[in-house]
Order: sequence, then structure tokens, then C-alpha cells
Amino acid sequence: MTVKHTTDATFRADVLESDKPVLLDFWASWCQPCLRMGPILESIDETHGDKIQVVKINVDENPATAEHYRITGIPAFKVFNGGDVVKEFVGTRPEAVFVSELEPYFATGTVEAS
Amino acid sequence: MRDVVIVGSGPAGYTAAIYSARADLSPLVIAGSVDAGGELMKTTEVENFPGFPGGILGPELITNLQEQAEKFGAEIVYDDVTNLELSGDIKKVTLASGEVVEARAVILSTGSAYRMLGVAGEDRLMGHGLSACATCDGFFFRNKNVAVVGGGDSAMEEATFLTRFADTVTVIHRRDTLRASKIMQERAFANPKISFIWNAEVTELVGDDAVSGAVLRDTVTGETRTIDLDGLFVAIGNDPRTELVKDQIELTPTGFIAVDGRTSRTTLPGVFAAGDVLDPTYRQAITAAGSGCVAALDAEHYLANIEAVAPVAVAS
Repeated sequence: MTVKHTTDATFRADVLESDKPVLLDFWASWCQPCLRMGPILESIDETHGDKIQVVKINVDENPATAEHYRITGIPAFKVFNGGDVVKEFVGTRPEAVFVSELEPYFATGTVEAS
Repeated sequence: MRDVVIVGSGPAGYTAAIYSARADLSPLVIAGSVDAGGELMKTTEVENFPGFPGGILGPELITNLQEQAEKFGAEIVYDDVTNLELSGDIKKVTLASGEVVEARAVILSTGSAYRMLGVAGEDRLMGHGLSACATCDGFFFRNKNVAVVGGGDSAMEEATFLTRFADTVTVIHRRDTLRASKIMQERAFANPKISFIWNAEVTELVGDDAVSGAVLRDTVTGETRTIDLDGLFVAIGNDPRTELVKDQIELTPTGFIAVDGRTSRTTLPGVFAAGDVLDPTYRQAITAAGSGCVAALDAEHYLANIEAVAPVAVAS
């Protein structure tokens, strides 16, 4: 698994039509707290990437998606399942805390590698 | 066994690291997983740190301090401290990873955390029009009307920064004069996008899934009124981060770590404090850095005395 970078153009396919739950990270290069979450997201992807797809979207370059989801503060995270937002988080959090918050949304059973 | 473990990675922590590394104490800095760098990471231009006549960006200043500490042998771990055992000759520092680091001296430079307004709806609306970080979230308020709560330097910096994006910025302050430095006040007064509501405090946030306004109470007359807003930025101060130590060392009546006179010595031998966590008054990057230097020198002195008294007691 690797962290996926999505755009306004590819958002539907990458997030809404994903066959796995998606953790979407709204971020920007000028947001220091966002940058500090970067390695934590990579680590979550490495450890739990089979159960949740980590996707990042740069709000500077993809304003339409950020506007659609009415983002007014970053880092902001949304969990998607079957195209719907099922959980939202705002602000930084340590990895262990984040994982325990995400666990209820992990895919159950085996997801076939595509 | 470490000689020195430093908890926190703002200007106090990194200055303590520079000094104790140069004293050959191979300090370990527990920088934090998401708060590394401290409050300066949220600032833009720092214009008053001596030695930088052209100013320097807060995050860049932190990177420089970190590089300088590493150059002399400081080691940095990006993890959070979950427990501290500070009594006794050997201190135990437990990290979120489960690792336990033992040290003969600990420098506490945990800084301070953003103070909440303490009104209903705050948790729910955080990130939905309510923010504590203008540099992070100002971008989302292009052509909007926002307010900043507070009257200090941080509030003025945030208000001035937000005029890059917002149409109007209203500063809401509970007194009729600002606490901010003269230069920051003048800059805000001169900015045509910034206006002020004096003697007012926010008693309620308006909005279901996003901020749409705030209820203000006049601190003189007690009257309340509601103003429309797209966003509200809170800069009413910070509280010292003492959760891990408050039951082990003495705090001042206002909750800061108590130190002995002009030193950094806390009420436990071998435990030193530096930066905003002990400073209710000055709270500048440069005073925090100076205080980190004091803590490193005090720790060095303490360790030298232990060795002088019991030269073979501790093997590393």
C-alpha cells in the first residue's frame, strides 16, 4: 500500500468509488500541523493500509473538493465508506490515538488486492 | 542511561539541547509527535529575535535551532512523553512507543497549550469556522468576514495576517486597551480592514455545522448582542502544559512550574524547567531560549556535583 494523492479531477475514482474505506487528509504545504501529520499518515498506511486507503488532497491545488466538503480548518480528515463520509476529525493527533479512533472504520474481512 | 533528557522542542528545549550538547552531555530531546517545534510553528515572520535583522519565519527559526543542537550531538525523537517519574536519582521518561528512557537529569520545556474560550459549541465548531491557527486556516476565509478574540501580540498578528484573505477582520477584546506591543497595535490600527469591538467577550458561538456568528456580552454594561461572522479565531492566551508533572513538583498558584529564584531548579533535585511552562510574564521566543540556556547550565552543574560526590555510583 502507498499513500495516494488525489485531485479534484480524480477524486471520484480515488475516494468515492474506492472499494475500501478511505481516510482522506486535507492538507497544504503552508500548514505546519499538516506537515507534522504526514509521517503519521504514512505509518498508518504502512501498518493498516490493507484495511483503510490513505488518500491526501492538497487544498491549495484542489480548491473545489475542499469547498465542496466545506473545509475551513486543516489538517482535516474524513473517513469515506461507499462514497459517504462516515467520520470526521479536525486537528493533529498522535498516531496511537488516531489509530484507535480509526479502528471502528477499518474494512472487515479480506479485501482483495487490486 | 542518559545524562539529560529534554521534554519539548520549542526555543527553550532546543537551546537547552545546544548548551547541554556542547557540554558533552549527549542530550535526548523528546520533541513530540504532533506538537514538535511548539508555538513558533504557528507564527509567520518573527521580527524580534535578536540576530535576524530581516526577520525569520517561526518554523525556520525552529529548524535552525534544531540543526544547531544536532550539530553538537543532541539526539531528537519525535514521540510523545506519556509518563514521567521524576523523584529519585534516576528519572524515568516513558514514551508513547512504550520505550522507557532513564536519565540523571530532566529539563521540562513543555511550553503551553492554546486556551479555549470555554463556551458552548466550541468542540463541535472547531475546524468548522472556529480556529486557533490563523496561518493554517486563514486561507479558507477569502472574501469573508472573520473575528479574532484577544488583545495580545498573537491576536494582533493573527488579525493582521487574516487581512490577506478576509474582507473584514474584527478584533474582539474584553478590555478597552490592548496588551499587545506598540508596534503590533499600530500595525493593526493602521490596517483599514481591521476594526475593534472593545469591552466585549464571546459568550456563545452561533451555528449548527459551521460558525455563522457569535453572541457578545458587553463587559461594562452586561448587554448582549449577536454579530454575524464566517469565522472566529481565538487568541486569548495559553496555559502551561503541566499535566505530566503537576502531582510531582510544585506549581505556582497560577499553575506554572515553580522554580527557585532566578534558577531553573524545580522542587525535585535533577529536574529543571525552561520556557513558557514556567513563565507567566514574558513569554517570548528569546526569553524561552534564554531560559533553556539557564536550565542546561543548571543541569550541567547538578550532574557535575553528583559525580564529585559519588564518582563511581553510576555507570552508563
